[in-house]
Amino acid sequence: MENQYAIEMLGITKIFPGIIANDDITLQLKKGEIHALLGENGAGKSTLMSVLFGLYQPEKGIIKKDGRQVKIQNPNDANDLGIGMVHQHFKLVECFSVLDNIILGVEPVKNGFLQKKEAKEKILALSEKYGLKVDPDALIEDITVGMQQRTEILKMLYRDNEILIFDEPTAVLTPQEIEELMQIMRNLSAEGKSILFISHKLNEIMAVADRCTVLRKGKYIGTVNVADTTMPELSRMMVGRDVEFAVKKEDRTPGDVILDVKGLTVASKLHKNNAVKDVSFNVRSGEIVCIAGIDGNGQTELVYGLTGLEPVKAGTVIMKGKDITHASIRERSVNGMSHIPEDRHKHGLVLDYSLEDNMILQRYFEPEFTSKAGTLKRANIRSYAEKLIDQYDVRSGQGAITKARSMSGGNQQKAIIARELDKAPDLLIAVQPTRGLDVGAIEYIHKQLVAQRDAGHAVLLVSLELEEVMTVPDRILVMYEGEIVGELDPKKTNAEELGLYMSGAKNDFRKEAAV
Amino acid sequence: MNKKESFLRKPAVQTLLSSLICIVLGLFAGFIVLLFIDARGAASAMVDIIRNFFRYPSAAVALKYFGNTIVKTAPLLMCSLSILFAYKVGLFNIGVAGQYAMGAGLALYAALGWQLPWYVCALLACVSAALLGAISGFLKSYCNVNEVISGIMLNWLSLYTTNMVLTKVKETTSPYTKNIVNVNHSALLPNIGLNKVFNNNQYVTIAIPLAILLSVLVWFILEKTKFGYELKATGYNKNAAKYCGMKEKSNTILTLIISGALAGLGAAMFYLTGYEQWQCTQSSVPGMGFNGIAAAFLGGLHPVGAIFSSLFIQHITEGGAYVDKTMYCSQISDLISSIIIYLCGFVLFMKLFINKRLNAHDEKKGGKS
Repeated sequence: MENQYAIEMLGITKIFPGIIANDDITLQLKKGEIHALLGENGAGKSTLMSVLFGLYQPEKGIIKKDGRQVKIQNPNDANDLGIGMVHQHFKLVECFSVLDNIILGVEPVKNGFLQKKEAKEKILALSEKYGLKVDPDALIEDITVGMQQRTEILKMLYRDNEILIFDEPTAVLTPQEIEELMQIMRNLSAEGKSILFISHKLNEIMAVADRCTVLRKGKYIGTVNVADTTMPELSRMMVGRDVEFAVKKEDRTPGDVILDVKGLTVASKLHKNNAVKDVSFNVRSGEIVCIAGIDGNGQTELVYGLTGLEPVKAGTVIMKGKDITHASIRERSVNGMSHIPEDRHKHGLVLDYSLEDNMILQRYFEPEFTSKAGTLKRANIRSYAEKLIDQYDVRSGQGAITKARSMSGGNQQKAIIARELDKAPDLLIAVQPTRGLDVGAIEYIHKQLVAQRDAGHAVLLVSLELEEVMTVPDRILVMYEGEIVGELDPKKTNAEELGLYMSGAKNDFRKEAAV
Repeated sequence: MNKKESFLRKPAVQTLLSSLICIVLGLFAGFIVLLFIDARGAASAMVDIIRNFFRYPSAAVALKYFGNTIVKTAPLLMCSLSILFAYKVGLFNIGVAGQYAMGAGLALYAALGWQLPWYVCALLACVSAALLGAISGFLKSYCNVNEVISGIMLNWLSLYTTNMVLTKVKETTSPYTKNIVNVNHSALLPNIGLNKVFNNNQYVTIAIPLAILLSVLVWFILEKTKFGYELKATGYNKNAAKYCGMKEKSNTILTLIISGALAGLGAAMFYLTGYEQWQCTQSSVPGMGFNGIAAAFLGGLHPVGAIFSSLFIQHITEGGAYVDKTMYCSQISDLISSIIIYLCGFVLFMKLFINKRLNAHDEKKGGKS
C-alpha cells in the first residue's frame, strides 16, 4: 500500500533544561495537502521546525519521509530530503537580482562559468506553472514585499523541494496580496507539493488549510479537519479557554484635541526623500485613532517625527496646545507623551539591562530613583519595578533582576507597556503594539489601549494588522506613500474598502494637479 | 542542576576561570615558541619570566624590584581603565595609546620646559589627552567616523607632536628628555613614605594608591550612579538611549573625554616618577596603551579585576628581561610577553567556550532525565 504521508514526525520530545519544549508531538503531513500548524508563541512550533531541519536532535520520536525512517542531523540533510522553508523574515540578498537570489548556493556552472540563461528559463517556467509573477532581473531592494516572498517560494521550487514550509507568511502582506498568496498555495498543493503553514491567524487557516495541528505549551492538542471545525473551536484548542475576538468598548464622545498635526513633512533616513508628505490630523482625548497602511508607507517616519526621534522638515506638532515641533525627546516625554515603539529590541529596551533597569528607563532621573548626589536609589528602583511586574503580570525567570534579553517577546512587550502606561500619559503613541504576539497577549494589550481611552487619554495606534485596525480604533486614517488618503469609520467600513485605500487605489484627498 | 554547575554558571566565577585559563594558555604558547627557537633553555627561560623579581634571594632586593614592577603597573592600570570605561559605553578607544603619548608629552614639557609642580603637570597631561579623546568623540557623534579609525590616525599625530615638542627639552647628547630629578624636583610625584616600604625605591609614589583608588571610583561611577546608568544604556543600545531622551551624542563625546583623561593621567603617573625618560626619536607609540587593552580584557572588563590583570601583565613583561640573552636574541623577552598578553585577550572567547560546554552537558543530562 502506498504511503499517504510526505513527512511524519512521530512522538517528538525535545527537552531543554527546565522546560519540555516538545512533549510527544505528532505531525503528519499528507502528500499534496495544506497543513496548518497553529499555536501561541512559546507553544513549541519553532522547536518542532528546528527538529525537522536538524538544528536540534529530539530526545524521543522519529521522523519518516514517505514512510521510511530518516535521520536529519543538520539543515543540509533536510535540504537533501526536499524540505524547504520561507522564513518570516526573508533571507534575500538585497543588492542581488531575483535570479541571483534564487540560484544562490545551487548555481548552474559549466567549466567554472555561471549558466544564468538556463537558470532563467527554468525560473520562468516555474513562475508560469505556479502563477508566481516575478521579474528575474529586478533587484530585491526595488521590488515589493509580495514579490520578494514569491522569490522565496521560487527558491524552494528551483531546488525541487517537495515539502514547503511557510512561517507566518502573511504578516507583511496587504489583504489583496494575502489573497494572491492563498491562491498560490492552492496551486502548489494542486501540483502535488505538500505545504506546512505556520500561523496564528485563524481566518487564514480556515480559508486555505485542509487540516490543522494545534500545539499548546509544548503539548500536542490535536489535529482537525478544517472543514469540520470553527474558528472559536480552533482558538479554544490553541489558548485553552474562550477568547473574546471582539474588542469591548463603550461609545464615548471625544474631548479636547490633545495632538494636532499640521502639514507635517518628514524625510526618510534612508533615501532623504520625503517619507511623510504634508500630513495633517488630530487626536482628541478619549479616542483611539489608528494609522493604517501597508508597512513602509511613511508610518515609521511619521512616528519618528511626532516623538522627536528624527527632525521634521516642515509643519507643526502641537500637544496640549503647546508647540513641540522642535522639542527634545525628554521634553515630550515629561510633558505627557508615551511611546510604545515599533521595534522593541531597537528602541524599546536595553536588552542587556535587567528588567528593573528597563522599567525606569523613562524616569530614572526623577528624585524617586536618583539622589541629589547622582547615585541611583536601588531599593526604590526594585520596589517600583516589582510593583509594575505585579500590576501588569510581567513574567520572567528571576523577577526584577532578569536580563531583558532572556524574556519572551510577549513579556518584553508587557514590560514596555507597563513602563509607558504607568506614566499616565495624555498621549499614547503605540506602534504595532501586538506585533508577533499571541492571541492571549493581543487581547490583553487591546484591553489596555481601550482602558487608556476610557480614562480620557488620547491614543494614536499605528497598525498593519487588519483585524486590529477594524476592531480597536474609533477612527481610521489610511496612509499611502506618505500621505493620508482616507479617513474611515471602523463601524461603517470593511476590509475590502480598507484594502483599496491601503493599496492606493482609492484616495479621498488626492491633491489637485498643479496648474 | 547540581551545585557544582550552578557555581560554574556564576558570571564572576566564569570570568575568573577564563582569565586563568587564558594565562595558562598564554604561558604554554610562549613555552612552545621558546622550544622552537632553542629547546635547551626553554624551561629555565619560562621560569625566569614567571619568577621576575622573586629570583632575588634577598627579600629586601626582591621588594625593591617588586617596586619597579608596580611603578609600571600604575600607568598600565590607568590605560586599561581607559579602555574598559569606553568599552562599557560601546566604544573601542584604541586611541588610548596616542592619548597616553600626548599625556606624556604635556607632563614632561610642563615639568622640564615650564618648570611647573607635579599636580599642574598631571592636570595638563589629563586635559591634553582628554581633548584628543574629544576629537574622536566629536567625529564619532557628528560625522559618523568610527572611533577606531580616528583613534589610530590620532595615535600617529600625537606621537610626532610629542616627539617634536619634547625635542626642545631633550639632553643635548642623547635622544632622551632631561632627567626630571636634575631639572625640577617639584615635578616629581610625592612619595608619601612609600619609597621606604619598598626598600628605598624612589620611583614608588602616590601614583600606585591613586591608580587603585581611581579603579574603585570608575567602578562606582559605572555601577552606582545615574551617570553610569546613562552611559551604559548608551553603550548597550544607542537607539534605546535616544528613545528615552538621553543625550546619546554628548554621552559618546563625554565618554571618550573621560577615557582620554584616564590615559593621560596614566602617562603623568609614570613619567613624573623619573623612572624613564622619553626617547624623542621613537617611531611608534609606547606599547602601554595597547597592553591596556589586554589588561582590560584579562581583568574581565571589571575595574577591580583590571588591578590584578595589570599587575600580572607587567610582571610578565618585567620578567621577560631576565631571559638568558646568550641563548636567545634580545627581542625574545618582548616576543614572549606579547604572546602571553595576546592570548590573555581571549577571555571573552573562553567564557563563551565554558558556557557552550555547560549547555552541551545540560542538554545531555536533560535527555537522560
